[in-house]
Amino acid sequence: MAQMNMIQAINSALDVMLERDQNVVVMGQDVGYFGGVFRCTDGLQARHGEHRVLDSPISEGGIVATAIGMGVNGLRPVAEIQFADYIYPGFDQIASELARIRYRSDATFTAPVTIRSPCGGGIRGGQTHSQSPEGIFAHVSGIKTVMPSNPYDAKGLLISAIESNDPVVFFEPKRIYNGPFDGDPEKPAQSWASHAKGEVPEDYYSLPLDQAEVIKEGDEITIVTYGTLVHVALATAELLGVNAEVIDVRTLMPLDVMTLQKSVEKTGRCLVAHEATRFCGYGAELVASIQQACFWHLEAPIERVTGWDTPYPHAFEWSYFPGQKRMAAGIRRVMEAG
Amino acid sequence: MTDQQINSETRLRLYRLMRECRELEQRAYDLFMQNLVKGTSHLGLGQEAVAAGFGAAMNADDYTFCTYRGHNHTLVRGVAMDAILGELMGRECGLMRGKGGSMHLTSVEHGVMGSYAIIGAHLPVAAGAAWSAQYRGTQQVAVCFFGDGTTNIGAFHEALNFAVIWNLPVIFVCENNKYMEYTPIEAVTAVANPAADRASAYSLDPILIDGNDVELVYRTASEAIARARAGKGPSLIEAQTYRHGGHSRADPGKYRPDEEVAAWKARDPLDAHRAKLVEAGVDEETIDLIDAQVMSAIDEATETAKASPPPPREIAYIDVWADGGVEWRC
Ligand SMILES: Cc1ncc(C[n+]2csc(CCOP(=O)(O)OP(=O)(O)O)c2C)c(N)n1
Ligand SMILES: [Mg+2]
Repeated sequence: MAQMNMIQAINSALDVMLERDQNVVVMGQDVGYFGGVFRCTDGLQARHGEHRVLDSPISEGGIVATAIGMGVNGLRPVAEIQFADYIYPGFDQIASELARIRYRSDATFTAPVTIRSPCGGGIRGGQTHSQSPEGIFAHVSGIKTVMPSNPYDAKGLLISAIESNDPVVFFEPKRIYNGPFDGDPEKPAQSWASHAKGEVPEDYYSLPLDQAEVIKEGDEITIVTYGTLVHVALATAELLGVNAEVIDVRTLMPLDVMTLQKSVEKTGRCLVAHEATRFCGYGAELVASIQQACFWHLEAPIERVTGWDTPYPHAFEWSYFPGQKRMAAGIRRVMEAG
Repeated sequence: MTDQQINSETRLRLYRLMRECRELEQRAYDLFMQNLVKGTSHLGLGQEAVAAGFGAAMNADDYTFCTYRGHNHTLVRGVAMDAILGELMGRECGLMRGKGGSMHLTSVEHGVMGSYAIIGAHLPVAAGAAWSAQYRGTQQVAVCFFGDGTTNIGAFHEALNFAVIWNLPVIFVCENNKYMEYTPIEAVTAVANPAADRASAYSLDPILIDGNDVELVYRTASEAIARARAGKGPSLIEAQTYRHGGHSRADPGKYRPDEEVAAWKARDPLDAHRAKLVEAGVDEETIDLIDAQVMSAIDEATETAKASPPPPREIAYIDVWADGGVEWRC
């Protein structure tokens, strides 16, 4: 075991897979010689060669599409899109080609591409460096959508993503790359060094791509969330003295409804939280799935805590970000209803 | 246009514009260091001649489209310094009252049709704006700035084709500073001159200039703008330049060889133009006075921006849709 932050865990996953499988290649802007804007690919080109860790031009459509083409020969390309906000020029290739190529070729052309991309706010990136577009991808049939909330999961899930025979879009909440974030920007930055989920095996391991994790057991309310907000939810429930069961969805598609159902049947109350905008956000799918599975056990309407339905306003970052205050208000609404 | 045709007033104006850009960005950097500006910023230190040369050649109602590296392009169109610094600092006096920040400076009143942070996005937008000028018969020209790295995204090629088939009054200006973010442009580009070598594919003349020579930029800009206004269509200009610092605030730029950085710093556009002015007989006091005036204007703007309150939170919800905010939709 080593203590790793999320960047090191991702780097380790890529390193392990480049070592194990000659079919794995890594590509993206500045990932090679420079080692990646967030350092996730640091040292990989030196260790595995320029022919396996490739610097791409600024051509997101081209990056995704060449990865699809590489996939047909049995390769497993891992493409980095530098920020999730830059993924849209590649979205056409993801939604129209990557996601459907298996289906429309009657499963004769498959492209097991992994697309990694840092997402989310909390670093004062403004509207083009803070977005959480995961819901848009989860909506597209034919790809899997993943978002880890800690180093241990990041490595295990990324390895599974690379090994998956389906294309996977893998979002990395950049605010928690270096440490968990409980939603209070005034507190000094925390690190993963003393966190249990910062303990990461150096060797190969994988985690299932269809299992949510109960991060903390509780019996008063279920908080279903993922990414950065997992940490906000934990801190807020503790602050309020509410015995919440906090579930990290981890894989948005496929969604592990069973784990959610078991919990909500027990607590009878549920709050869904994410950083992305609300309308048609991924939370709507969570709410629909949970109410359908647990309707007769619910004691209160399921509530949502989300980002606003606006772009990420630069000067109002901490108002937009669903921090402890909004999380607390959401928990109270659910606890006090019914 | 020959050297002589640039009159002395314009030459001094070019100097003043460059000095304003240089000092405003230095100030922005200092404010970052004092934690008064949050987030990141992309400075054009070293690239001022391109902004100044074009700014001086444009009419007040022409359109500017630029990138996240857009402070200079915004300033040279006459936008107030306190509005720019205020936006960086997220204050009420900011250009967009803090809703955009450093990477999205916009002032439609001054023809600054926005700073775009998604690579390539604004090139076809500029083509559309030029089409609208043509349609409305206004004689306006759109000038669109972008970097070398941007020539590899599809939008660059789409925009050029649109501009040519519709014979649009648009000028595409590639500021080739040799690097995208951290990777040298030649490592990922099929041609040596990323914009100029592509011009022929769109039946345009290749125009490759020293982007640190402000008078050359001004002359080139004036010619291209005159062509566009005369209905003779678009131009693609590649201006070779260099950023003195890293890509963004947090980047020390260590991936660039020291000798390369030193060689380009020795070709500082401000120093070069100053030397040229002196050689042409302008006395040093005149130039020093410009420097002093610029500094005091920046000091004043800094104080105004610092004194400006944070914007009211209510504005964060409005203007998402034409009929207002988000409340009724939640
Ligand atoms: C579509 C898209 N992809 C990637 C990025 C990330 N990015 C921001 S600036 C930049 C480099 C741009 O290089 P260049 O066009 O040469 O402009 P410069 O920064 O040198 O002025 C990149 C890749 C982005 N903003 N948008
Ligand atoms: Mg560049």
